[in-house]
Order: sequence, then C-alpha cells, then structure tokens
Amino acid sequence: MSETAVAVEHHADHAHDHHGSEGFLSKYVFSTDHKMIAMQYLFTGMGMAVIGGFMAYVFRMQLAFPGISVPGFGQVSPGEYNALVTNHGSIMIFWVAMPVLIAAFGNYCIPLMIGADDMVFPRINRLSYQIFLLSAVILLLSLFVQGGGFGGAWTAYPPLSAVGDYNQTSLGASMWLVAVALEFVAFLLGGINFITTLMNSRAPGMKAYDIPLVCWMIVIASILFMLSVGPLIAGAVMLLFDQTIGTGFYDPARGGDPILWQHLFWFFGHPEVYVVLLPAIGITIDIIATFARKKVFGYKMMLYTTVATGVLSFFVWAHHQFLAGIDPRMANVFTVTTLLISIPIAELCFVIIATLYGGSIRLTTPMLWALAFMAEFLIGGVTGIFLGASGADIYFHDTYFVLAHFHYTFYPIAIIGTFAAFTYWFPKMFGKMMNDTLGKIHFWGTIIPFNVIFIPLFVLGMGGQHRRIYNYEHFPELAGEGMYQLRELATYALLVMLAFQLVFFYNCIASWMRGKKAGKNPWESNTLEWTTESPPPHGNWPEGLPNVYRGPYEYAHPDREQDYWPQNEPA
Amino acid sequence: MIDQASTYAADIDNIIIWVAVLAGFWFFVAEGVFFWLILKYRAKPGVKAQYLEGHENHVKKWVTWPHVGILAFDFVIIVMAIMVWYDVKQQLPEPDRTIRVIGQQWAWTFQHPGQDNQLDTDDDIFTVDELHVEVDQTYHFLLEATDVLHSFSIPVFRIKQDAIPGRTITGWFEATQTGEYDVQCAEICGIGHGVMAARVHIEDSDGHAAWVASAATAQ
Repeated sequence: MSETAVAVEHHADHAHDHHGSEGFLSKYVFSTDHKMIAMQYLFTGMGMAVIGGFMAYVFRMQLAFPGISVPGFGQVSPGEYNALVTNHGSIMIFWVAMPVLIAAFGNYCIPLMIGADDMVFPRINRLSYQIFLLSAVILLLSLFVQGGGFGGAWTAYPPLSAVGDYNQTSLGASMWLVAVALEFVAFLLGGINFITTLMNSRAPGMKAYDIPLVCWMIVIASILFMLSVGPLIAGAVMLLFDQTIGTGFYDPARGGDPILWQHLFWFFGHPEVYVVLLPAIGITIDIIATFARKKVFGYKMMLYTTVATGVLSFFVWAHHQFLAGIDPRMANVFTVTTLLISIPIAELCFVIIATLYGGSIRLTTPMLWALAFMAEFLIGGVTGIFLGASGADIYFHDTYFVLAHFHYTFYPIAIIGTFAAFTYWFPKMFGKMMNDTLGKIHFWGTIIPFNVIFIPLFVLGMGGQHRRIYNYEHFPELAGEGMYQLRELATYALLVMLAFQLVFFYNCIASWMRGKKAGKNPWESNTLEWTTESPPPHGNWPEGLPNVYRGPYEYAHPDREQDYWPQNEPA
Repeated sequence: MIDQASTYAADIDNIIIWVAVLAGFWFFVAEGVFFWLILKYRAKPGVKAQYLEGHENHVKKWVTWPHVGILAFDFVIIVMAIMVWYDVKQQLPEPDRTIRVIGQQWAWTFQHPGQDNQLDTDDDIFTVDELHVEVDQTYHFLLEATDVLHSFSIPVFRIKQDAIPGRTITGWFEATQTGEYDVQCAEICGIGHGVMAARVHIEDSDGHAAWVASAATAQ
C-alpha cells in the first residue's frame, strides 16, 4: 500500500514538474491539474444544465399550451415529449447534479481544503473527465438517431426500455443506457480519487475532525455511490443484452422478471439521492458557518448523523415500488425505514439552523443561496413523508405531487447548492469578486419563480394529475379550466426564471473580466483554500504546503481579537 | 381534493390530512425558528458572534427535544399508514363480483361477468376503455398486462396498482356513489401513454342490470 502511494506521489510530482512549459492543449484540455479538471466538469455540467433547462422549457410550453409550435423547437409529438422528459431527468441528475456538485466542487475543494498539491491520482482524474465527456456526447447524439431519443422515463423500466417494438426508439434506448453506464464509470474513478486523497494527502497536522465538512460530505457521498452503483451496472448490462442480443432477463415470457430491474435501479437510485444531497449540505454548512461567523453546531454530531443517513439510505429503496407489484407486506417494512430516515435528515437540518443561533449573520449572495437551500429543502423533506407513508402513497404515487416533491429536493440540491458554491468560491476560482447587486437580483429572480413553478404542481398532483402525459385532453377530470390555469402559471414562472439566468451569465463574464480583485481571503474564512493566491497556481502552494493547527470553524473565538482563525495560523 | 367515490377514499384522504398536520407542524416550527434566527442575529457593528461548540447541554437540548417529538410523530404516521395500507392492499374482503383488467399499448380491456355473475364463462362482457361497475358492491379486479408495465389508476377511488406482464395482481374496490370518472394509466408505457384513458361508469343496481342485459343482446 505505502509503495503504491509513493509511486503515485512520484507521478504526481512528475506531472507538476512540467507545468511551466504547458501548451494550450496540455493546460486546458488534457490537464491533470485538479482545478482545471474541476473547471472542465463545471462548464460541461453547466452546458448540460442549459440543455436540460431548454428541454424543460419545451415540454412546459407543450403542457400549458398543448399543440402550440414551441418557439425554438416546433410542435412536440408524443414521442418527442417522452424523449424530452426522459432526457431532462437523466441530464439533470447524471450530467448536472453529479458532475457539478461532486466532481467539480469535489475536485476543486478537496485538495485545496485539505492542503494537498493535487489529487492522488491525477491521470485517473483526467480519465474520469474524459469518460464523462464521452458519456455526455453519446447521450446528446442519442437524441438525433433514427427513431429519436429514448422515451421510457429516466427510470427506464423494462419491458418498455428493453424491447424496441415497445419503445420504438431501440437505438436511442441503447445509447441512453451506454451513456448512463459510462457516466457511472467516470464517477467510480472520481470517487476512488476523492476517497484516497482525503485519506492520504492531508496537510501535516490535519486530523480527521479538522477536515471541513464539505470534504467529508463529498467523500461519504462517493462511498455511498461506490457501494450502490454495482448492482445497477450489473442490471444495466442485463438490460443492454435484452435490448441488443435478445436475452430475456426482464422478460417474463422467458423466465425473467421486470421487477428485478426496479430493485436494482432503486437500490442505487435512493442512495443516489443522498449522493447528491450530502455535498449540497456540506456546501451549505460551510457557507453558513463562514457568514454567520459561527462554529458549526456539533461537528461530530453532524458527521455521525451523515454516516447514519448513508447506512439507512440502503434500506429504503422499495418505497419507490409500493404499487409496483411487490408483496404488499413488504411495504410495511419500507414505510418504517423510510420514515425513520426523517430522523437523521431532520438532525442535519437542525444542526444547520442551530448554527445560526448567536451568530453575526452577513447576508452576502452565497449566504442567501445557502439559507435558501435550507428553507426550500425543508419543503422537499416534509412532502416526502406523504410519499413514504404507504397508505397516502397509493393516491400520490406517479402524480405531479411526486414530481413537485423531488424537484423541491433536487432543485435546492443541484441548482441552489450549485449557485451557493459557485458564488462562494468564484473569487478563489477566478481571482475576482462577483457583483453583489446582480447576484442578489439573480437570487430573487430564481427563488421566487422556482416556488411559483412547483407549488402549482403540488396542487395539480393532489387533483390527480398523473405524470408523463403530453396532453391532458383525453382525461376530462384533468382538462378543466382551473387545471390549465395552474399549468400556465407554472410555465410562465419557468420562463421568468430562465430569463433571470441571463443576469447570472452576464454577472459571471463581467465580474471575471473587470470585477474587483478578490485577494487571498475575501470572506475572512478559516479553511485552507483561502490561504493561497486567487486563483491558486499549479501545485496550489508553490512556497510549500500549509501546516494545520486547528479545526475549520474557529470563528469568533473568545481569546482572539479577530473573529476568524485560519487553520494554518500557528497558535 | 377530488370526489371520494370508494369505501376507502376517505381513509386515504384522512391519512394525507394527518400527515399534513403532523409534518406541517414541524415544518412551520423549523421555518419559523430559522427565519427568526436570521432576523435576530443579523451582523451588528462591534458585536461578535457567540462561541458555542454545540456539545454544551444547555444548547444541545434544543436539538435533542425536537428529535424525540419527530420520532413520536413518525410513529403515529407509520401506524396510520400501515393501517390504511392493510385495508386497501393487504386484506381483501370477500368479493360480490370479480372483473379482469388488462393493460396493453395503449388501451384498457375490461372483462365483466355476464348475467351469471361469474367471470370466465361464456357470457362475459368485454369492453375497451369503458368499465362498468355497480355501486355498493365489492369488486375484486384481476390485473394483467400483455406487453409493458401499466398502472391501473382511478383517482376518485384512490386506487392505483401497477400491471405487470406475466403476473396477475388481485385488488379490490367498492364504489360508493354513481357517476362517470377517469381511469388512468399512471405508468409510462410508450408513445401512446397520453391517450391511454378510460372511463368508469358507476351505476345503481337497476342501471347496471340494464347495461348487462343490453351488452348481452349486443353480443
């Protein structure tokens, strides 16, 4: 083990030796620098978010104004509608939430926050991004092949996903599956890197409880991902065989079972929720501690609770399948485990809320995003109880209530969490401050429409509106005037929200070009990434790696004049 | 909420309301405390934040006690959920009549017993996208699918059950009022998922008998 580590360090150093003479390709495209790979993940993820957002725009327009020729797309056929909702879901989870939250901020923050010069395996890191990029290209190409993109929902339940005659997009379905499988490979490679780096490359003096929570969260998320994804990759291979060479793993006529896929998918799929949730919680708690000038309330409690959440998350998957034809007695077991997971999740929320107590709160743009994460995620958490309670799920299953519920979890995670992290680390990444006024305009222009989009969808779900229907005209109970008004309201709010994203892109470019210089530590934060230049040079601390003397959250220490105490400052 | 047209619709709505009350209570407490703290502890010049570890007992209790409360509320919700679930899904009452429901891309086929009230006899009545049931009668349905997954859903009954090729899943309902309502397919089943709509016609006993008689002569 130690020999490997030495060999690897040697490689890493070797890679750094050449950083003076880098050309464009080796610096920006084939870089092994964790910061550049983070940027690649970040910008690829943001590009995919634009595509996924465009898809949402197209199908929301179709839902509000059925049959309309959508500007920029044209008329939406039922097949296209299915492909749009399927790929919107797949993209936002696998090609936006994961690359941005875990890969981009994991890659950027972990080495900088634990005081390492790079990841332990820089070339594996580069390979991880390249495979990820390949997966994204395959997914996007699948939308343009004969028959169109896969339209069997992001959960890809067989037999619909397995048989070309049923889904009518056999090539699109196979490409979708290959893209998802490659994406998993990319994140397995990335996860190995995160875990090994956190274990082995911490700065001298940094003990386990001196690690910033965001690093812990990303690493615990990576462990959850690695433990849960195996069954799904096996399932995906079986599904690919069913699609392409005619096996019958999921075909009941030939001894297979369609429910098998659902178990494999959700055994991965539910921990996956926590895989993306934990980094967002880590980002939130770090930002709140910084801007409340407070020590995190119960650091160890938070860490242990996270581990408990992770363990418990492996025992709740069948709550997605209450009505799927599993033995009805099984629902009782999974109702208990599902409601029990509300305890550690509530604990995480309480810790975040309690951290505000006695603070000195500065409402900067990143702080607003972090607080909004908490306020909105609570709605997602509470509405989940309706679905976890088996009796209530009989009605809500497969309705827009489910859809609104998970958007109230995933949107705070993937969008609000990302904006929090992006606005917080922007000064470090680009060396410039973002414009705070534009940042706040963008914040309110995103948060208010977000609620106006999804609260009507809760109401529609309670009215019995089921999911993945391109036009409700065939359902008299769902075709009433009031229902259409709610759909239109949600669509208008989406248009407003998308328009406000232009403010964000303008702010990024304008601030990057002529923003105020950030300096090393604009937020007066304690963690190590703020002790080097902004942006950090290749190797992060050219004059030597920092030493660590204390935990990351020593704000407002009574023995000190200054209200922060950087981790690397000798006592 | 929409019409309640089955015996257990009110039970399911009740648990939804109870969850709304119990979870809603914690939601408003948490959001209330959260916004109150943000307002109260805004940065003031010259005032330093407090230094708290979060391990001191006098502050820890503010996190510990809500936990006990949540655990108690969870327990109540679990018990109620399982009781409703048991009645709707687990313990099927004796049927007055049995029907067969078959999902295929993209229509529902309903097989009703004919005048002999027995399923799978010569006088069975087959319909497409049109289900006829008699009010105040306990029905068992035998749910099947021929190609992909479908989900048999009647919102006013609050019943929903996935249909799986190769299996027969038995469920039950008893309608409590006459009328005509939507039947949905709630599980995506291909490009025609959006047109896979049916109607349930709930008739009183005379009306149902008349329909059975007319369907028998039509055949």
